[in-house]
Amino acid sequence: MSDPIRSSGRSTVVSLAVIALVVGGAATAFAYTAGWLSPDRLTPAKMTDAFAPPGGPALGHRRNHAKGVCFTGTLEASGGAAALSKAQVFAAGKYPVVGRFNLGTADPMAADGAARVRGLGILVRTPDGQQWRSAMIDAPVFPVSTPQAFFELLKASGSKEPDAMMSFAAAHPEIAGFGGWAKSAPFTASYAEERYNSLNSFVFTNAGGEKSVVRWSLEPEATPVTVSADELKQRGPDVLTSEITDRIAKGPARWTLVVTVANPGDPTADPSKAWPDDRRKIEAGKLTVERIEAEPDGPCRDVNFDPTVLPAGVSVSDDPFPAARSAVYAVSFDRRAAEAAHYPKSAK
Amino acid sequence: MTEDLPRFTLLQRLIHWLMAIGILSMLFIGVGMVSTVTETHLALVSIHKPLGVALFALVLIRLFVRLTSGAPALPAALPEPMKLAAHLSHYALYALMIAMPLLGWGMLSAAGYPVTLWPGATLPQILPESRELHTLLWNAHSALSFAFFALVLLHVAAALFHALVRRDGVFQQMAGGAR
Ligand code: HEM
Ligand code: HEM
Ligand code: HEM
Repeated sequence: MSDPIRSSGRSTVVSLAVIALVVGGAATAFAYTAGWLSPDRLTPAKMTDAFAPPGGPALGHRRNHAKGVCFTGTLEASGGAAALSKAQVFAAGKYPVVGRFNLGTADPMAADGAARVRGLGILVRTPDGQQWRSAMIDAPVFPVSTPQAFFELLKASGSKEPDAMMSFAAAHPEIAGFGGWAKSAPFTASYAEERYNSLNSFVFTNAGGEKSVVRWSLEPEATPVTVSADELKQRGPDVLTSEITDRIAKGPARWTLVVTVANPGDPTADPSKAWPDDRRKIEAGKLTVERIEAEPDGPCRDVNFDPTVLPAGVSVSDDPFPAARSAVYAVSFDRRAAEAAHYPKSAK
Repeated sequence: MTEDLPRFTLLQRLIHWLMAIGILSMLFIGVGMVSTVTETHLALVSIHKPLGVALFALVLIRLFVRLTSGAPALPAALPEPMKLAAHLSHYALYALMIAMPLLGWGMLSAAGYPVTLWPGATLPQILPESRELHTLLWNAHSALSFAFFALVLLHVAAALFHALVRRDGVFQQMAGGAR
């Protein structure tokens, strides 16, 4: 055997060009897939950035719903929803819960009275090793219909243009529903007196394979007592945290988990639209909050209440929000975990 | 035209090409899923985890086959530095094929997520929950995925160089086909 390189000079050039084309083409396709060639693509990172206040995000904390307090408790399922979903979490039984009461703000130092939206996250574990995570808020509807519109809302509300919100509202009239609630709904002075809603719809599948589209809510056992926004502010910046801590120290607080089933044709893909009041409602069980723990050392601090962590028998629907939330919550989690040094455990 | 070199066994060639398709898909799915907030995100994640774990199982089989069947010698005429580069890059590819799934599985464990392959099928947690550990593995999974793609491009360029320019039979060792 003599020289293994037998191609002529000219065909070598052609061959090298083919190789360059293959490698260059693959690299370009990769860059395109990664979004590097599409500066307009709404990426989870961009969406996460959009929550940051002008001074930058609070390092080590959640990028939204940043202020909160941990709880533990139990979900006692009645079996009422077992005919709709085969998930163990709806079979009669008691399951441990880690949760978090929180405020819809990117500022972990915000005054409790300043936040319009209050939230609750739960992580329920069942003996079959599965989990159900859900993050709910007290508003009855979401401000907008799509994740893209939510991004534009964040941009508009952070904008210095005086009429940014006006033109946003003109382009997204659905915001009137949330806006009406935000303006007129009374405040309470307790996390325990709020009703928390999934807003997003999900699909329940039962043992027979039948599917229903549902939303769920936690309805408080405690009677809501209205306070004015001014009075709430006067009670101090941490009124909700101290109130719930004192309340649970005296005894547990409870909520009823209510599942609402959509009729065909209901707006299952749009959390800015409520379903009619007469839809079938099923009591699935009771959430009992038994213990409050401050966030720095609490069991909820490092939890991502990703609404797509679901047991078999519950899955996402045609609602585009859970996918967007999952992508964005992961970025928020990745970032705050990487900033652990900025939010250490308390020096006890 | 080409030297009559021995081939990789049929099983080795089969696994190589299956994994080549799988790994390339994983790299594209990975960067695609972290760059969109649409429903595609969930669809891609739901492929990324089970496919990554399947590829991990395949690479273990592949290693076993490699250790028992060996590999055909490279052409004697291939310069020593090129042989060395080939061997080192193959070690690196094996290392990445083993490391990437373990890093993915480990980082999900360290973040406290259930490692769900499909509804109802959850892998055990392989590491304790820890923000520091999660960050380390997450950075490694991300950085190594780019190194992996670069190395695959180099590997493909080298394979095509053997096939089109050197025409020395190395490509056929893995591709099979007419000698
Ligand atoms: C595309 C729309 C949305 C985006 C981009 C978004 C973004 C975020 C982010 C970045 C976090 C912090 C996550 C973490 O670091 O763990 C968060 C938390 C939260 N979100 Fe959303 N969100 C969206 C929609 C919703 C909806 C529809 C609801 C309610 C029904 C909701 C309720 C909550 C709650 C309660 C938390 C706090 C969970 C916890 O305690 O960790 N979000 N959101
Ligand atoms: C052959 C194996 C694998 C390859 C080539 C691969 C590749 C990738 C790539 C390219 C990314 C995007 C990185 C970035 O742009 O930052 C990624 C992200 C990710 N991978 Fe993998 N992966 C593999 C295995 C796995 C496995 C087995 C799992 C889990 C069981 C996994 C879980 C993830 C997760 C959760 C992310 C998103 C990380 C984030 O939060 O940013 N991967 N992977
Ligand atoms: C995308 C992922 C790929 C990976 C992870 C990969 C990995 C490997 C590894 C580890 C070897 C060494 C086998 C051994 O010695 O046991 C190898 C050999 C080989 N690969 Fe790939 N490969 C990939 C894609 C490709 C592609 C797309 C081509 C062709 C264009 C290719 C062509 C070859 C050839 C020709 C050999 C034989 C080299 C020799 O005889 O020593 N590979 N590959």
